[in-house]
Amino acid sequence: MRQRVELRNHPVELHKFRMRLTVSAGFVLVLFLLLYARFYFLQVVQQEHYHTLAEANRISIAPLVPYRGLISDRNGRILAQNYSAYTLEVVPSKIQDLETTLNELAAIIEITPTDRQRFKKLLKESKRFKSLPIRNRLTEVEIATFAANRYRFPGIEIKAQVYRQYPEKEMVSHVVGYISRINDQDLEQLESNGELHNYRGSHHIGKIGIEQSYEKQLHGITGFEEVETDAAGRSIRILSRTPPTPGNNLILTLDLGLQEIAEMAFGDRRGALVALDPNNGEVLAFVSKPGYDNNLFIGGIDQESWNSLNNSIDRPLNNRALRGVYPPGSTFKPFMALAALELEKRTAEYSMSDPGYFSLPGVSRRYRDWKPGGHGRVDLHKSLVVSCDTYYYSLANDLGIDNIHNFISQFGLGRKTGIDIEGEVSGLLPSSAWKMRQHKQKWYAGDTISVSIGQGYNLTTPLQLAFATMIIANNGKAYLPRLVKQIQNSQTGEVEDIPAKLLYSLNLKPKNLEVVKSALVDVTRPGGTAAKAGANADYTFAGKTGTSQVVGIKQGERYNEKLINERHRDHAMFIAYAPAENPIIALAILVENTGTGGSTAAPIARQVFDYFLLGKLPEADLAHLIDPIKNHVHDHL
Amino acid sequence: MIEIRKIWYYLTRYIDNFLLAGILILMAIGLIVLYSATGGNITRVSNQVINILIALVIMWLVANIPLQQIMRLALPMYMLGLILLISVALFGEINNGARRWLSIGVTRIQPSELMKIALPLMMAWYFDKHEITLRLRDYLGATILLLLPVLLILRQPDLGTALLIAASGFYVLFLAGLSWRIIVGLVTAAAASLPVLWSVMHDYQRQRIMTLLDPSQDPLGAGYHTIQSSIAIGSGGMVGKGWQNGTQTQLDFLPEQSTDFIFAVFSEEFGLIGNTVLLLLYLLVIGRCIAITANASTQFTRLISGSITLTFCTYIFVNMGMVSGILPIVGVPLPLMSYGGTSMVTMLLGFGILMSIHTHPKLVKT
Repeated sequence: MRQRVELRNHPVELHKFRMRLTVSAGFVLVLFLLLYARFYFLQVVQQEHYHTLAEANRISIAPLVPYRGLISDRNGRILAQNYSAYTLEVVPSKIQDLETTLNELAAIIEITPTDRQRFKKLLKESKRFKSLPIRNRLTEVEIATFAANRYRFPGIEIKAQVYRQYPEKEMVSHVVGYISRINDQDLEQLESNGELHNYRGSHHIGKIGIEQSYEKQLHGITGFEEVETDAAGRSIRILSRTPPTPGNNLILTLDLGLQEIAEMAFGDRRGALVALDPNNGEVLAFVSKPGYDNNLFIGGIDQESWNSLNNSIDRPLNNRALRGVYPPGSTFKPFMALAALELEKRTAEYSMSDPGYFSLPGVSRRYRDWKPGGHGRVDLHKSLVVSCDTYYYSLANDLGIDNIHNFISQFGLGRKTGIDIEGEVSGLLPSSAWKMRQHKQKWYAGDTISVSIGQGYNLTTPLQLAFATMIIANNGKAYLPRLVKQIQNSQTGEVEDIPAKLLYSLNLKPKNLEVVKSALVDVTRPGGTAAKAGANADYTFAGKTGTSQVVGIKQGERYNEKLINERHRDHAMFIAYAPAENPIIALAILVENTGTGGSTAAPIARQVFDYFLLGKLPEADLAHLIDPIKNHVHDHL
Repeated sequence: MIEIRKIWYYLTRYIDNFLLAGILILMAIGLIVLYSATGGNITRVSNQVINILIALVIMWLVANIPLQQIMRLALPMYMLGLILLISVALFGEINNGARRWLSIGVTRIQPSELMKIALPLMMAWYFDKHEITLRLRDYLGATILLLLPVLLILRQPDLGTALLIAASGFYVLFLAGLSWRIIVGLVTAAAASLPVLWSVMHDYQRQRIMTLLDPSQDPLGAGYHTIQSSIAIGSGGMVGKGWQNGTQTQLDFLPEQSTDFIFAVFSEEFGLIGNTVLLLLYLLVIGRCIAITANASTQFTRLISGSITLTFCTYIFVNMGMVSGILPIVGVPLPLMSYGGTSMVTMLLGFGILMSIHTHPKLVKT
């Protein structure tokens, strides 16, 4: 035991402390000497050895970027592919006088001022020892010319690069999307997913559409090559090679022929069309017009093209099918009709007299029918065939908003369908709780009236409407809409089907469905709102027209199309499926600013059905179609 | 003129010019190397300048606080640190399999950084309270103070930080007069417990130690760092390859060039001559710190100052040791030179304390 010191003895304590400090200082010195000895050993004794290692050695590991998977439609038509081209690359650290060398180079191979600018920019951002592209896509002649002059240009080399190409451009841009240069945000994302290592050497990544959502499948696995290089960094020989695994090919559910017919039927009009297979949720056509040339984005879009796309009043970058929200208009009525029957607020036999307007009890405001003077006696069947508004005003008042919301939300309106590309918006199917949450206001009976005919707070996307139509067409089965049908393993060639996914099944009474479905068939027959489009069809089809208001019409005013700015005119809508007895296609169409659904949207559906069911092409347009479609038509016949 | 002189006086009255000069020179060298290591990336360099400025302001603030005030913070800081470490264990963010960060809304903090200062402060405070009758049980109490945070950090797991914090606490014990017999006993016990430690280590930690013994057994994996940084240092030779001309650095053979391995960049480009100058500069700073420690007036200031000084040395030794391949790679930055704000702030906070000790009037005469 050491002596207990009751009183502080400062000098002794301090002396003791300083002793300890001196020991510590000595210890530190020893450690530093140890380090110094190590440096001396490495830098003087073994300098030669390490110099050789740094200089001659250098097994550099070069990533081998995999081929990106191809994307095709269900019939094998290519939507995204790769091609190789040669690039001229410069290693600045190996060049004495960069300016002179570039001038000499320009004498044998064309280098535009733009090329130089881009190169200067890369030069500033990169390390001197890196190899930087100065000219892309060399021609055969240029390659040969350079090869002959190669000895004059140490530090300049030709490298093969793979480029992505979208042969169909505008037509499928909204589905396929595009790849573009990897940016800092992508890097962060890749790092946090632990996928960064697989992108060594990759310059591009999917940014939108299928290219983005199936990035994992498409990219493949990066390979490596151990290369022995000399002091100047030139490759001498390959020591080992782990080949890259190419990305898998995607076979989409899209029928490009169908898509093309739909595009053609749209003409120059803006809008969207989504066609689904009601038996499995496959997306057969996915049109958003106008589209854009997705090839522009691959190498980084230039400012001019970007401005023209981004500032265009037609908003070609907007995916209308996925992200456009519109009031569903009268296409909402079939769902209201089903609600009426299922919730037993109406029978099929019940009829009412339609004076051309509806008033809430005790309120003077009149809710007008689209037809002045009304439709006379209207039952549920007729209410759909002639699209009677009054019938639905009164029905909605009896149902109440929350019954409407709860029933119709089962059809997917007002929420995302979950399709396999990103960016879908949810739209809005209003409820009293929503209004309280959003606007801090209680729900008024008048709000319900406008919701009943698909106006008011109602907002849906064309994709949602197609989804809802599919559910009616197949008697209540909600399949997940999907764009990818199969994934082909690029190594083995094996094709793996992505199975249809049944999200849920609605329990609807067959009798009620029958009432609504037969009315929808009569919509396309004489007396119905789409009679013109349905005339002389070789098959029966069911549909419902709709008009989606862009600007509100004040009480007592009439909508006069001619007086309204073209961009403020109503949108035409149409939902339909065919053949009515055993549907194999269900769709929703939206045509912007063209008035009523019966006159502009329904004829598009007719052309699409004619092609899909009969292989029939519009006579006048036959000449414009390229061969693959014609071949496809033969397959169909 | 008088006004300016007055402002200057208030700005510098608690600053130790000698120490500051040493720190600034080392930081400047760090920036020059960083420029080369990042291939001339101005954004990274200016970010580091901002880190440095923030750290300098913090150092100035701390230097202006009398030690009695700092002493009062010892217990609260330590308790806060412990609470944060426990929070990390309970709901910290998991990153690369380790739970080290705590998200507090706007930012993430790493509580083990706070402990680097809080633990020696707490232990010095503890010995200061018990200085009249230092007995074995007082050392035991201090050891418990030391073990609590160290075990929590070991659990994260963060072996490197745990060892460094344990070291900073051990320095307090040592300077407070822990008997040599116990020290020898501890060292023996530590050696004896190595097999136990080995068995509780994570695979990657074992791998690192195995690789240290023979880096060539895994040249592309765990040994890659050591091999490449040894090549960088060795091939630098006597005079180095010149600024921005280190091939190991510029060709990206070297890992983490701007952070933990920045010394390899310096060493490759400036050679043994550069290393000599660098080590001497560090020794000058350390020498000044030791002088401040030797002249500190109270038990508390002596212990805290000594611990900060020796911890600083440990950082330098561990970093240079791992980069030159004589220590396992544990992820320790090189003080005043590595890129990063947190370690810069922690270091300068320590120097601020030293300056405060040195420049404020001493209350107890010795």
